[in-house]
Amino acid sequence: MATTLTINGQTKSFDAPPDMPLLWVLRDILGMTGTKFGCGIAQCGACTVHVDGKAVRSCVLPVSAVENRTVTTIEHVGSTPAGAKVQKAWLEAEVIQCGYCQSGQIMAAAALLAATPNPDDSDIDAAMAGNICRCGTYVRIREAIKQAANGRQS
Amino acid sequence: MNAHHSVSRRALLTGGLATGFVLAFHLPLRAAVNEPVQPRDTTEGKFAPNTFIRIDETGRTVLMMPQVEMGQGTYTSISAVLAEELDADWSKVEVQHAPPNDKLYGNPTFGLQVTGNSNSIRAWWLPLRKAGATARAMLVQAAASQWGVDAASCTASKGEVAHAASGRKLGYGELALAAQGQMPPKDVAVKDPKDFVLIGQPLKRLDTPDKVNGKAVYGIDAILPGMKFATIAACPVFGGKVGKVDDSAAIKLAGVRKVVVLDDMVAVIGDHMWAAKKGLEALKIEWNEGANAGITTKDIWEDLRKASQKDGAVAKSDGDIAKALASGDRFEAAYELPFLAHASMEPINATVHVKPDSCEIWTGTQIMTRVQSEAAKAAGLPIDKVIVNNHLLGGGFGRKLEPDMVVAAVKIAKQVDYPVKVVWTREEDIQHDVYRPVYRDQITASLVDGKVAGWKYKVAGSAVLARWLPPAFQKGIDIDAVDAAVDAPYDFANFHVEYVRAEPLSVPTGFWRGVGPNNNVFAVECAMDELARKAGKDPIEFRKSMLTKNPRMLAVLNQVAEKSGWGEPLPPRVGRGVCVQPSFASFIATVVEAEIDDVGEIALRRITSVVDTGIAVNPDTVKAQIEGGLIFGLTAALYGEITIDKGRVQQSNFHDYRMMRINETPKIEVIVVKSGEAPGGIGEAGVNAGPPALRNAIYAATGVALRRLPIDRKLLAAGKKA
Repeated sequence: MATTLTINGQTKSFDAPPDMPLLWVLRDILGMTGTKFGCGIAQCGACTVHVDGKAVRSCVLPVSAVENRTVTTIEHVGSTPAGAKVQKAWLEAEVIQCGYCQSGQIMAAAALLAATPNPDDSDIDAAMAGNICRCGTYVRIREAIKQAANGRQS
Repeated sequence: MNAHHSVSRRALLTGGLATGFVLAFHLPLRAAVNEPVQPRDTTEGKFAPNTFIRIDETGRTVLMMPQVEMGQGTYTSISAVLAEELDADWSKVEVQHAPPNDKLYGNPTFGLQVTGNSNSIRAWWLPLRKAGATARAMLVQAAASQWGVDAASCTASKGEVAHAASGRKLGYGELALAAQGQMPPKDVAVKDPKDFVLIGQPLKRLDTPDKVNGKAVYGIDAILPGMKFATIAACPVFGGKVGKVDDSAAIKLAGVRKVVVLDDMVAVIGDHMWAAKKGLEALKIEWNEGANAGITTKDIWEDLRKASQKDGAVAKSDGDIAKALASGDRFEAAYELPFLAHASMEPINATVHVKPDSCEIWTGTQIMTRVQSEAAKAAGLPIDKVIVNNHLLGGGFGRKLEPDMVVAAVKIAKQVDYPVKVVWTREEDIQHDVYRPVYRDQITASLVDGKVAGWKYKVAGSAVLARWLPPAFQKGIDIDAVDAAVDAPYDFANFHVEYVRAEPLSVPTGFWRGVGPNNNVFAVECAMDELARKAGKDPIEFRKSMLTKNPRMLAVLNQVAEKSGWGEPLPPRVGRGVCVQPSFASFIATVVEAEIDDVGEIALRRITSVVDTGIAVNPDTVKAQIEGGLIFGLTAALYGEITIDKGRVQQSNFHDYRMMRINETPKIEVIVVKSGEAPGGIGEAGVNAGPPALRNAIYAATGVALRRLPIDRKLLAAGKKA
C-alpha cells in the first residue's frame, strides 16, 4: 500500500505499514539518516523532526498520522530562518561533541525559536528537557539558543 | 561550512614511520552509499612521508587519524599537532579514519589501535610532532634544492616554503613531488612551544559542520545496496542460551525475511528495523537460563563485602602503616559504587557483509584491530580478508572497547548473502552491556596533629584489565582499579594500598568513562572530607596542608577556592563540596554547590573547575570535556545504578536508567590554567570530579556522610541526622 508524504518540500511515495514509525521510514526506507534512533519510546529526543513546524518524536509517530502534513528533518531545517540561526549558533558556540543527539537538539531548538523568538531559561528548559545529551553539552546548548535568539556573535 | 573540513574513511596507506619509506596499496573498500564523496585516495603523485600525512599537488593535506572520534575532539587536536609541526595550511587539512593496523596506528602506550584511558594526545604528542616536523623538513629541502640555496635560509608557514633573501615562495602542493624524493632527516627538531601557532588556539572542530545538518555518518547510518535490517534478543540471563524458538508467526509477517538462531541470541532480519522489531516480538523463545537465573544484586554485594575482608595484593606500601594506624585518632569507612551501563546515544550496531572469501564491516569502534581479529574468527576467515570501515562514534565511553556486537553481527550475516545492519534496541543495549563494576573501597586512616599520619586503602572489585589486556594483570593487581589510589596527591608518610580481585557473579564488567579512578577518586575525596571534619578543619585548608609536595595540585585548588566563592555564606541546606584529583596526568580541582530540599531532592546550583592539563592543545575542547565529563559523572551520582534480579538486568531504557537533562544542569565554569608541561589526558577526568564534589556538598549542607552511590534521597530528608 503506497503512502505519500511531503518531506522537506518533496513528495515521497513508498510502501510501509501504517503503524510503522516515521523514524524508520526516514532512515530505513528513504535513506535519510540524519534523524537518529536513540530509545524508541520518546524518552530521549534523538529522533525529533518537525510536523507542521512543531517538534515531535518520530520514533513513536505512526507514518499514517503524518499523511497530508508537512514533515521537516535535520537535512532541511537549515532552510528555515530559525533552523539556520540555530545551526550557525551551534557551530559558533562549539556545542557539539559526539553529535549523535544533536540532530534532535537542533530540531527542538529550532521549533522553540520559531514559536518563542526570545526564550528565557525556563522556556529553554521546557522545550529542551526532552532531549538527552550523553556527552553533556547542555551548558552550551543553552548558550547557543540565546545566541541564536539574539543574533549576537560569540 | 568549509568544504575541505569533512571526514571520510577512504584510503589506505601503510609504511614505516621510522624510516619514512612508504608502501601504498588498496583494499577494495566500499563506501556506504550515503557517505560524503571524496576523490579516490591514493599516494600516487603525492608527498607521503609517513603513515599520517599526504599532500597532493593542489596542496590538499590529508591526515590519517590513528585514534577514533567519539566526541572528545581528538580528530581536531591530533590534526592540530600534526599541522603545527608540518606548518600546514589549516584550511586545507582533511582528516580520514585510519584502517585497522596496530603496527602503523597502534597507540604508543598500548601497542594497540585503541582509543581510551584519555591517552590519545598524551601518547601521540611527540611521535606526531616528529612526523609533522620530518615532513616539513623534507618540503623545505625540496624547495631549497630547487632554488639552489641552503635549507637553513628557508622558512615554512601556512603550507608554503619561503626564501626571504630572494623573496621566492613555493606552496606545499607545488613541492609535493620533489619532496617525495627527499631523504627524511634522521632526528628532526620539534618547535619550541613559544612558536606554536595552532596548538593552544581554540580551533574550530573539524567534525562539527556535518553534525548540524544530518550529513555526518555514524556506524549506524551506513547504507549499502541490497542491505537488510536486523535486531536481536539476547538471553536475558547472563550466560544463558537459546532453548526453543517458535518462529511460525514471525516469519509470516510482511517485511520479515529470516529468523537467525545463535547460541545465546535470536535475530530477526527484515526489510527495515520496524519489520525486524515486529518479527522479534512475534517470536516465542524459550531460554535455557542456566546457573545464573537466581542471582540478585544482593547476592553480588554480599560476595563483594565478604571478599573485601580478605587481605589484598599490595600495590604500594611506604613507611610503617601498622605503627601509624596504631597512633592518633582512627578513622574507618567503606565506600560502595554500583554497576553502571554506558548508554551511548548511538545504540549498539554493526553492519556486516559476509561473502565466501571476505567479510566487510561498517561500524564505529574504539578497538579497530580487535574487531578485525575477532570478526575473522567468527567468519572463519584469515584476518586479511576482514575489512573494517570505521565511522564517527555516537559516544563510546568504553562500551565500544568491546568487539562483541561485531562478532554477533558477523554470525548473523553469515546466514545470508546480503549485507545486514544489526541494530540493538535501547533495551538490549542497556541489558547486555559490559558494566562498570561494583566496587567496595575501604579506607582506614589515623589523624595526628590535624594531619593524616597513616592511610591504608583497600580496593575490592572486578579486574577489568585481567580480561581485557591479560599481560597487564600482574601479581594479582589490577593497575586500573587502583590507579588513583596509588597516585593519591597528598603527602601521606605512611601509605598502603591493597587490591582484592572480586569478580561479580555472572555480570560482565568493562571499562566505563573515567575508568579505575571512578572508585578511587570518590573514596579518597569522601574520606578526606570526613577526616577534615574529624580534625575540625575546613576541607580545602585540610587538603592544602597535605599538598606541600604537589605544586600543580595546590595551585588549582587555590584557584578553585577563589573562583567558586569558597567560604562565602550560604543559605541553610546549601553546601559546597570540593574534589581534587591528579588523574591522567591532569590536575583538576572542582567545587560543586548544591541545595538539598526538605524531602532530600537535590538541586545543583553552580560548578567551578580549574584544570591544569599541561599544554592544552585545544583549550576549548578541554573546557568542553570537563563540562561534559562533570554531567556524565553527576548523572551517575544522582541516578546511575544497574540492578540484577533473577539473573537479569532490571533497567531497560531512559525512563528507569535516567540521565541528567538540561533543566537539571547548573552554570558550569571551567578555567584552563596556562602551562608549559606535556599535555595530560582530559576525556575521563571530569567524570570523576562530579560525584565526590557533590557528595561533599551534601555533607556540608546536611551533615550526612553518604558512602554509597547513587545518592539515596531518603537519607537526606530534613531532620535526618548524620
